[in-house]
Amino acid sequence: MQIDFTHKQSAHCENGVVSNLMRHNGFEVSEPMVFGIGSGLLFSYLPFLKVNYAPVFTYRVMPGLIFNRFAKRVGIKVKREKFKKTEDARKRLDANLANNNPVGLQVGVFQLPYFPEEYRFHFNAHNMVVYGKQGDTYLISDPVMEDVTTLTDRELEKVRFAKGAFAPKGHMYYPIAFPETLSLEKAIVKGIKHTCRDMTAPVPIVGVRAMRWVAKNIRKWPQKLGAKKANHYLGQIVRMQEEIGTGGGGFRYIYAAFLQEAGKVLKNEKLKDFSKEMTEIGDQWRDFALEASRVYKNRSVQTDAYNKVADQLLDLAKREEAFFQALRKAV
Amino acid sequence: MKKGEVPQHKSILESANLREMCYAVDENGEYTTALSTGWDPKTIALENALKEIEERVETAKQRVLANEASPIVYYMELHKMDLGILASYVGLWKWRVKRHFKPSVFKRLSPGTLQKYADVFDITIEELVHIHP
Repeated sequence: MQIDFTHKQSAHCENGVVSNLMRHNGFEVSEPMVFGIGSGLLFSYLPFLKVNYAPVFTYRVMPGLIFNRFAKRVGIKVKREKFKKTEDARKRLDANLANNNPVGLQVGVFQLPYFPEEYRFHFNAHNMVVYGKQGDTYLISDPVMEDVTTLTDRELEKVRFAKGAFAPKGHMYYPIAFPETLSLEKAIVKGIKHTCRDMTAPVPIVGVRAMRWVAKNIRKWPQKLGAKKANHYLGQIVRMQEEIGTGGGGFRYIYAAFLQEAGKVLKNEKLKDFSKEMTEIGDQWRDFALEASRVYKNRSVQTDAYNKVADQLLDLAKREEAFFQALRKAV
Repeated sequence: MKKGEVPQHKSILESANLREMCYAVDENGEYTTALSTGWDPKTIALENALKEIEERVETAKQRVLANEASPIVYYMELHKMDLGILASYVGLWKWRVKRHFKPSVFKRLSPGTLQKYADVFDITIEELVHIHP
């Protein structure tokens, strides 16, 4: 069976799944809108957590949070199911497909066959939609891919039951109840306020304070860790900022697109200027990545080079702090 | 970023016939999307990370051949895993997996336990026990 489902590529998998599922149910909501209302933007530094032998830097909120917040703010009900047995997970999926209901799945990337080998890491918070089954083959709409694809029964089971941090445990989700009309105005304001609060929060591991902390640490890395590890860490920052799914500039461009769209919905001219400013901030993040890449490309050990990168990050922190303080007052 | 400035550098994505989506502004300042084949700064970062993994695999292999570590360590690195990830895949406590890193302990593992590891790495017990230099 095959459900009539429109696949549309998106920058980020979670927004994409939500946006595509919404469209299937008759509500046109763009990817940036989902991201903005779900307060997806963030900066966070978790030095005590290591991924690939480097600390965790993230430019977005925890997996799953975007959809949850989005659903709550626009008044959708989402059903989520997790499974202990692979058999149950498959049965429930098949039952939904037989019911003409495409579902979102959380999967691990490591064993995803259509991803290039080089991109397969143990990352368990990827999202996709299953929209049909033919024989033993599931029809897959993966939002980061240009086209739809397929997975066999066995392949899908493996990625649904990937292990490690954020193990999906067959996690399946789909919207079950919708409001009569979708009104975004209040949801947008809530989403923006939440992001402003997060980014200027008085804790060291999130928002602009986290950027300052990273900047401070970058200066210490070459002496403390040696050039090799310092470069590895710097590379990790750039990878988290620019990897597939960010839309460029550590989600800042997606957020700028959201502000532009939000300005039109709320008829708030000021948001247009905020969007422009956010685009420039995104550009500055790209410059930061470029500068950092020069350091690890040349494997330079000059402390000066690290200081320069750290200074750029401090500039960004200052700019984003002013930005979000002003944005909060504008909505 | 302007639409015309969306980078189209060579990257690993190309080989998989994949392009990623970026957000950028068009000539009227309106947001739109554009596909990118890759951007050098991140390609270099990814290549460096992969090189790092290769080095780790090679080091692990040498240690196994020198009888300083069990083959589990080698296969763990080969599959880009760390202790925590491997432990959750085999379904054992971390401290037990860590013990199995010792060649002396590894030698005494039961066929059942060996099979668990072999299944995780998608190989036979034979391949697990004997790694080739």
